[in-house]
Amino acid sequence: MSDEWNPKIQAIICNWCSYAGADLAGGARIQYPPDVRAVRVMCTGRVDMLFILKAFVDGADGVLVSGCHFGDCHYLEGNFKAAKRMFMVKSLMKNIGLDDKRFRMTFVSASEGAKWGMVMTDVISKVRELGPSPIKEFQK
Amino acid sequence: MAENTEAKIGVFVCHCGTNIAGSLDVKAVAEYAKTLPNVAFAADYQYMCSTPGQNMIKEAIAEHKLTGIVVAACSPRLHEPTFRIATKEGGVNMFRFEMANIREQNSWVHMHGMHDEATAKAKDQVRMAVAKAKYLEDLVPKSVPVEKAAMVVGGGVGGIQASLDLASAGIKTYLVEKAESIGGRMSQLDKTFPTLDCSQCILAPKMVDAGRHPNIELLSLHEVENVEGYIGNFDVTLRKKARGVMTPVEAAAKGIVGGGCNGCGDCTAVCPVVKPNAFEFGMAPRKAIYINHPQVVPLIYTVDFNACVKCGLCVEACGTKKAIDLDMVDEFRTVKVGTVILATGYDYIPIEEKKEWGYKRHENVIHSLEFERLICASGPTGGHLVRPSDGATPKSVGFVLCAGSRDNTGGVAKAYCSRFCCMYSLKHAHQIMEKIEGCTAYIFYMDIRSFGKAYEEFYYRIQNEGCKFIRGRVANILEDPETKNLHVFAEDTLLGRPADFELDLVVLAAAIQPIEGANPLRKKFGVSASADGWMLEAHPKLNPCGTTTAGVFLAGVCQGPKDIPDTVAQAEGAASAASIPIHVGQVELEPYFAQCMDELCAGCGMCVNLCPYSALALTEKNGRTVMQVTEAKCKGCGTCGGFCPGGAIKMQHFTTPQIVAQIDAYLMGGQ
Repeated sequence: MSDEWNPKIQAIICNWCSYAGADLAGGARIQYPPDVRAVRVMCTGRVDMLFILKAFVDGADGVLVSGCHFGDCHYLEGNFKAAKRMFMVKSLMKNIGLDDKRFRMTFVSASEGAKWGMVMTDVISKVRELGPSPIKEFQK
Repeated sequence: MAENTEAKIGVFVCHCGTNIAGSLDVKAVAEYAKTLPNVAFAADYQYMCSTPGQNMIKEAIAEHKLTGIVVAACSPRLHEPTFRIATKEGGVNMFRFEMANIREQNSWVHMHGMHDEATAKAKDQVRMAVAKAKYLEDLVPKSVPVEKAAMVVGGGVGGIQASLDLASAGIKTYLVEKAESIGGRMSQLDKTFPTLDCSQCILAPKMVDAGRHPNIELLSLHEVENVEGYIGNFDVTLRKKARGVMTPVEAAAKGIVGGGCNGCGDCTAVCPVVKPNAFEFGMAPRKAIYINHPQVVPLIYTVDFNACVKCGLCVEACGTKKAIDLDMVDEFRTVKVGTVILATGYDYIPIEEKKEWGYKRHENVIHSLEFERLICASGPTGGHLVRPSDGATPKSVGFVLCAGSRDNTGGVAKAYCSRFCCMYSLKHAHQIMEKIEGCTAYIFYMDIRSFGKAYEEFYYRIQNEGCKFIRGRVANILEDPETKNLHVFAEDTLLGRPADFELDLVVLAAAIQPIEGANPLRKKFGVSASADGWMLEAHPKLNPCGTTTAGVFLAGVCQGPKDIPDTVAQAEGAASAASIPIHVGQVELEPYFAQCMDELCAGCGMCVNLCPYSALALTEKNGRTVMQVTEAKCKGCGTCGGFCPGGAIKMQHFTTPQIVAQIDAYLMGGQ
């Protein structure tokens, strides 16, 4: 492996909007940096806070949860319920001294391929600015 | 649900021609897969979705006794069903299949100078998929019966055609229309391009057929209030708006023998209230009890309760038919249907907000649908085109194309092409030149898009008839305050000079947009919208009638601008698609249900309130309070499983160990 540090960013995205939006970005050949790996769930409502914390414990430099816009959820309001949980994740991160900018929830619809590209580019550049996750240092 | 340490997983990496192999090292990914624990077989192939590719999976299952399959290829949204079938045919449960999306989310988005990074990402993606595959379990798709009935929302030509097709296929069809009559936009048109058929003449027979077909229940003045259920079993609650007039059937139900509206019109003759007729865009009057035009289906009068003064003259005039009930209120009913077609159509953008063209400021600027009514023999002027300012016959008429279409200036303007304006404006030009001797038509255009069958020939015909074409967008329209003539300013880009035409009448070919109410309606059915606001099809090429909600289909302009032939074609396609589950009689649902692990459940009941479908309830089991799932109601979103503080809810196919295995595999595995 090269010495150059590349961030590891875990994305958890919903099947109906953001995953479809990411597919659309592919279809339109919208280019973005390759530092994100996605896990597909049916709805962001499925995202347990523990998934996000587990990703950080495992050494993720950033985590992204992305779903449908409010009012557009395939399951009516799963994204809304997920968003409420994500505030708890943020406050928990602050409490343990982990910069909460490493975690983000975004809303990208199935028709927003270009937006998915922008979200990817933005999330990766922000995590790059923050540098490697300090959790890795604690674990040494 | 524990990790299957005995798992034997086969990994198949697809080249997709050069779509994947052009951007990353497919062979290196397959070689890497062989080094992963539990991977018993790994290979790469040109096209995994081809028959030889699928046979490879089946042969490898037999040869290596595989218990799980991973295909690294395109998106599971595209080919998961394909490979699930191959897995099943190979003798492994189809839910022991997992896909790594190395095309849409890798090779296509990391194309230039990213070869090594893309290859590394593909290896991670395969590792994550293998990790999940180790935890996958046998699942059985849930088979549910399909109600032998369908609903079509929107009674324009698309909705009518879809209803007739469904009904003729023996399916009970509810045709829901929010207006007083079916017919939609097409019933407002005079003639249709390029054949110059009279619009009403070709539509009216279909309207009548829809009105009397034994399998169609025509529900005019109805709106969708609420939707529950899923494919095969939608419970749709409809609001029946108070019409004020009973049909013969409704009257008979109330015991009025020989009663109900027969469309005689005695009521409208005595009604003292006069209102503008919206069907004629206010250019003709109607009474407070009215029909919009003589061909309405159903032929039942309607009371405008906003205008009615409840004088009771109409009730007297109706006499023994006793059809009129001025105290009628909205009613609700719920119908069960197996599939639904949305065909809600379009409206014009509020073109007056494009102030440069002066619609609603200059009397002689009208839009194309107003022109249709003015040129129509059954319209307010009996088909004599007149200027609104003085009633004179115009001798020069300008047609402004792309009025708000193909316009990136924001506001009410639309970036897309509204698709049929070129053609109907050519038709309008023909009509005025034919009807009014010496009248000249001027078409201001960017491009003439005459793309359909016999459309280009029609364009040449109008050119030869003497229509003047000015290639240039209209910048501004000013009114002469005395003559009310219009000065149309445009740049003639072919002559390379600014132009100023003094015209008697200007017709704006306004851009179209989804009808008001399309958004709340699509949300009730869980249908997404495209970036441009139209309803989103499941796949733009391969599933243009379907939506992301199983059992809900699209027809006509609600999915995107299209002309009458395309609308009818899509309506027939949607009807065919919507009839399939009904004729099969049952559908298989993906078994992504929540399950309660009773030994972990503390019976707190938080999940019960989270469920948007009321699928969860608390129950007593072995002396303990635990949650119980009603599978028929569960749609598998996982909102309960994402919250359960005890981790007691298992979301099938998206279990916590499966998801955590993917996260661990990415972040802790690898080189």
